[in-house]
Amino acid sequence: MTPDTTTIDTDVLVIGAGAAGMYAAIEAARGGAAVLLVDRSLIGRGGATVMAQMTVAVALGEETPDDPRCHYDDTIAAGRGLCDEPLARLLCEEAPACIRELDRWGVGWARKDGHITATTAPGHDRPRCVYVDFINTGPAVSKTLRAEIARHQKNIRKAGDLCIVDLAVGGGECVGAVGYHLTSGTPVVIAAKATVLATGGLTRLYRRNSASANMGGDGYALALRAGGCLIDMEFVQFFPIGHLAPRLIGMDPIMWDPFRYKLGGRLLNGRMEEFTSTYGSDEDGAYRLTRDLATYAILKEVEAGRGSPHGGAYLSFQHCSPEALRDAFGPVIDRLAANSIDLTGMPVEVAPIAHYHMGGVRTDADMSAVGVPGLYVAGEVAGGANGANRLSGNALTEAFVFGRQAGRSAARRFRGRAAPKLSAQATRAAIDLVSANGRDRGSLNTAEMIARLQSIMSDSIGPIRTGQKLKRALDGIATLEAALGEAPPHGSGGFDLQRLEWFDLRNMVVVARAVAAAALNRTESRGAHQREDFPQTLPQWQRHQRITLRDHDLKVASPPAAQFAS
Amino acid sequence: MSQDSQRIATLKIWRGSARDAGRWESHRVPFEPGQSVLDGLRWLRIHHDPTIAIRFSCINANACKECMIQVDGETVYACTARLEAREMTLTPLPNKKLVRDLVTEIAPPSERFK
Repeated sequence: MTPDTTTIDTDVLVIGAGAAGMYAAIEAARGGAAVLLVDRSLIGRGGATVMAQMTVAVALGEETPDDPRCHYDDTIAAGRGLCDEPLARLLCEEAPACIRELDRWGVGWARKDGHITATTAPGHDRPRCVYVDFINTGPAVSKTLRAEIARHQKNIRKAGDLCIVDLAVGGGECVGAVGYHLTSGTPVVIAAKATVLATGGLTRLYRRNSASANMGGDGYALALRAGGCLIDMEFVQFFPIGHLAPRLIGMDPIMWDPFRYKLGGRLLNGRMEEFTSTYGSDEDGAYRLTRDLATYAILKEVEAGRGSPHGGAYLSFQHCSPEALRDAFGPVIDRLAANSIDLTGMPVEVAPIAHYHMGGVRTDADMSAVGVPGLYVAGEVAGGANGANRLSGNALTEAFVFGRQAGRSAARRFRGRAAPKLSAQATRAAIDLVSANGRDRGSLNTAEMIARLQSIMSDSIGPIRTGQKLKRALDGIATLEAALGEAPPHGSGGFDLQRLEWFDLRNMVVVARAVAAAALNRTESRGAHQREDFPQTLPQWQRHQRITLRDHDLKVASPPAAQFAS
Repeated sequence: MSQDSQRIATLKIWRGSARDAGRWESHRVPFEPGQSVLDGLRWLRIHHDPTIAIRFSCINANACKECMIQVDGETVYACTARLEAREMTLTPLPNKKLVRDLVTEIAPPSERFK
């Protein structure tokens, strides 16, 4: 039986309720728009934001003189020649206004002597990263934005557990979206004058990752199928010191980053020797190694047989006194003790873990998705600002800045525009998918298929790549795609995870293909993309790669990147 | 007790979409010290039954606060409740509207789709 379809009209539809989506919703509402904010998870809980541990990069200059231009220079340098200049400029120039606005909304940035205090993160030339203690930045940001959204309740309608399956495209423009309500199974059609994608990145494609289970690159797939363009998909950032062992519960795997900011710490190989200088990057006891270099150094050490017992490196804080640890991390020390970890007496094991995606939907500097009028992008789903490697601290910053800009642009578009009529053609295929009495679910084990895709990605499209492994990965992805088929398993009412995972996999396989194709095509090494068969960074590869979808096939083009004027 | 059975956690899980039409299922999960109940449920979905419904986003960080269920009658987060090598009884929250299996409606009313 096909459940009845619910239809909703709105001025602005925002898909994804992490920081980028919530900021976009607030800004669009301030611009006079009626906003519908949807998330496939609960509002403000499911994205990457809530998991952010500490740093937000911003040239506030309260403690140490600073200028957005210096932040920009560091961002460009970290991006290894591939940052989209206007996006990077927007990110750095608008960051102070957003950070101060969040401060007024009561987020609680850590202060010293009355000033918002900042820490130095790797790749930044001075203390530039603000935070909320103790490792509470993400939850504090989410809570603050949710509260601010509640103050706009007349203009912002919220709908959690709403899974968007496809954007609706009519007359070459994005006119809304089609999805279904996860808790009831009801198909939902949304007509919108402007749509903001704020769905985050693709880290769920990897076995070990630091983000939420709902970050399977769905925004990339939605944009591709709507006629949009993806750029620089090969650049997946691995966070070098993700927690590996002993097993921890109730702790974020990227929790060691704040420890390194505050306490330094020593990164050691399986023989308890410092090793990063072997790879041309001496740490001198301070935490300054950028993420791409540290990831490479750890993986090479493991490959040479000098890894820690579980296949990573040791991270030691044994030089710190119990008082220093308590002072820096307060209650977190108790949570570690509950996991039988005493940092004064033992090192922990760490290893690279999928963390962030530099690539994404191609956009101009008003966050309008190239090739799809009416569609805007915000946060991690937007590609290009961070080039081939992202600086610590720029992820939340881009969520705020790009979210605010996307909300502003969406509000500008909605004014004076009549409600779009969704033609049957614009929505038919997606409605058929979400309301179909699909195939018998039989032996389709969607959870196992996701695990299999994660293995392919981790084993063959991790930080260190070869052409041979990438080709093998593409074969494996094609096999999965064939097994997935054209239709989801039948609906069976509320919270059908097997069906949700089918829709997730439909997106994940095309995104995985895009990453593999771009990685195979880039015959050089740069930033987060390291090819063992092409180890040099080549000037002729200072190029973006753009991917579009034609029928089933991905088309890859490689135009030169703009030359940078700093 | 054989060595083997000591290394198994048995999850007795309430399944169903209506309180008065549920059933119990018991599943065996290989036990490794340091795992959470959520780790056990995720293992089960991959290896035995992908239809088991559980709500979670952040997996391990206890940041999303979505995985609230009852374990042996006590309300916990599945991601911070430790898996143990014994039978553990998992039920949906009793005071929230049931959606399916271990999933209940926990969002504030203003954040729900209506």
